[in-house]
Amino acid sequence: MIKSEQTEKLAFWLLLLATIIIILPVALVVILVLVKGVPAITPEFIFGMPRDGMRAGGVFPAIVGTLCLMLGTAVFSLPFGILAAIYLNEYSQKNWLSRIIELAIINLAGVPSIVYGLFGLGLFVTFLQFGASILAGSLTLAIMTLPVIITATREALNTVPKAFREVSFSLGASCWQTVRYAVLPNAIPGIITGSILGLSRAAGETAPILFTVAAFYLPSLPQSVYDQVMALPYHIYVLSTQVPNVSEKIQYGTVLVLVGMIFVMNIIAAYFRTKLRKRKTW
Amino acid sequence: MVIKETKSKIQVTKLNIWYEKTHAVKDVSFEVYEREILGVIGPSNSGKTSFLKTLNRLNELYPGFKMDGEILFDGQDWRSINIQLLRKRVGIVFALPLPLPLSVYDNIAYGPRLHGIKKRERLDQIVKESLTAAAIWDEVKDRLQKSAFKLSGGQQQRLCIARTLAVNPEVILYDEPCSGLDPISTHKVEDAMRQLKNRYTQILVTNNVKQAARVSDRTAFFLMGELVELAETKQLFTAPQDKRTEDYITGRFG
Repeated sequence: MIKSEQTEKLAFWLLLLATIIIILPVALVVILVLVKGVPAITPEFIFGMPRDGMRAGGVFPAIVGTLCLMLGTAVFSLPFGILAAIYLNEYSQKNWLSRIIELAIINLAGVPSIVYGLFGLGLFVTFLQFGASILAGSLTLAIMTLPVIITATREALNTVPKAFREVSFSLGASCWQTVRYAVLPNAIPGIITGSILGLSRAAGETAPILFTVAAFYLPSLPQSVYDQVMALPYHIYVLSTQVPNVSEKIQYGTVLVLVGMIFVMNIIAAYFRTKLRKRKTW
Repeated sequence: MVIKETKSKIQVTKLNIWYEKTHAVKDVSFEVYEREILGVIGPSNSGKTSFLKTLNRLNELYPGFKMDGEILFDGQDWRSINIQLLRKRVGIVFALPLPLPLSVYDNIAYGPRLHGIKKRERLDQIVKESLTAAAIWDEVKDRLQKSAFKLSGGQQQRLCIARTLAVNPEVILYDEPCSGLDPISTHKVEDAMRQLKNRYTQILVTNNVKQAARVSDRTAFFLMGELVELAETKQLFTAPQDKRTEDYITGRFG
C-alpha cells in the first residue's frame, strides 16, 4: 500500500473517532436522565407542591419559579441587548470607544457565573434593597445573558447583505429607516433564535440565582416580583446535596423536567433557524 | 452636429478621493450637462466608481473614505443639501441587480414609502409609471406580488432602474449596470436609458467601451484616478486627443 493511502485511512478513522466520542457523553446523559427520570413524571409531580421535606410530592413551584425568572430575564435583557447590538452594528463608528465597548462585551461573556451571583447580591439585593427576589434574580440573569444576546443579534444583522443597506440609503433612507425596513425584517428570525438560546442557557444557571432569588424550600407560588421563588437548577442542587434520603427517582425526575424545558426552548430556536433558511432567497 | 442645450447640472472641481492611503481619484474637474448621458470608461481601479458614488455621497458609508474638492449641484454646494434629499435627487443603479427581498411591487414602493407616500392609489400609480419608464411593466404587471428574486437578471436590473425612478430623481448614476447581463438584457437596459433621456441626467460608468459608444452623448476616460479625456462621444471614439485614450478604446492597452 502507498504511504499516502495509509495516512488517509488513519486520518479518516481518527477524525471519525473524535466525532463519535463527542456524541457519547450527550447520549449517555440523555439516556440516563430519561431511564431514571421518566418513571417520576406524573401529573402530581409536575403540578404538585413538594411534601415531606421535598422527599415526596411535586416540583410545581420550582417550575413556576424558573418560568418567572425566564420571563424576567427576557424582559430586561432582550430590549437592551438587541438595541445595543443594533447600535454597535449599524450606527457606531469604528473608533476607540466602540472597540472598548466590544472588548467589554467579550469580557462580560467570560465572567464566571458565580461572580454575577455575587454582583447581583451586592447591587440588587443589598444596595438597591430588592431583597432576594424575582426582580433581583432576573436582573442578575439578564446581565449574564446580555453578551450572548448582543453577539447573536450582531451575527444575525451581519448575515443581512451590505448591499441591502446600500440600496436603502441610495433611495434616500435615514439610518433608522434602513435598519427598520431593509435590515431588521431579514434579521429577526436569527435574533429570535439567538435570544432563545441565550435564555435557555440562563434557565439552567445555578450560581447567579443562588444569592439573589432561589429559595431552599417554599411550597407556595410567588405573588409579586419581590417574592423569592424556588428554581429548578437550585432545587436539583438542594435535592442532591442538602436533603438526606431523597429518592433517586425524584432527583432524576427534577433533572428531566429542567432538561426537558431547555430542550423545548432549543427546539423552538431550531425551528426558527430552519424557517429562516427556507425564506432566505438572496 | 446638433447644438444641444448645455445647462450645467453637476459641476465638479478638483475632486480628490482617498480610501485609507489609496489615492483613488486625483484632481478631477468637469461638468455634467442637464439631460445628457455621460459615459465614463476606464479600466478597473481607475476611480470611476469612486467618483460616481461620491455624487450621491454613498462613499461615505465606507470606512476610510476621505475626499476634498467642490461639487455643485444645480449651482448649489452639494454638501449643503440634506443628505437624504440629495440621495433622493441623485439615484443610483448598482453593478449587480440588487432587488430587496420583497415583492416586485414593494421593491418599487420602498423609496416612495420612505418619503412619506402611503396612499395605495398613489403608490399603485408610481409603481406602474416607474416600471413602464424602465421598460419592464409588460413583463411583470401580472406578478407584482411575486418575489423580485423570481425575475431574470435583466428584469431585476430594470426593476432596480424602476426603483430608482420611483423616488423621482433628477440624476441617475449607473455603476456598470450591465456587467452581469447577457447581450439581450443589456440591449433592453440600454433601450431603457435612451427612453429616459428626455427627463433625466444620466451618468453611465461602464467597463464596456462599446456600450459607452452606443449610449452616451459625451464620454469621459478615466485612468489611474485621473480624467484623461472628456469629449463628445463621436469625437472621442474617432479622433481621441490623448494617446492613452486611443490605446484604451482600440484595445491596445497595457
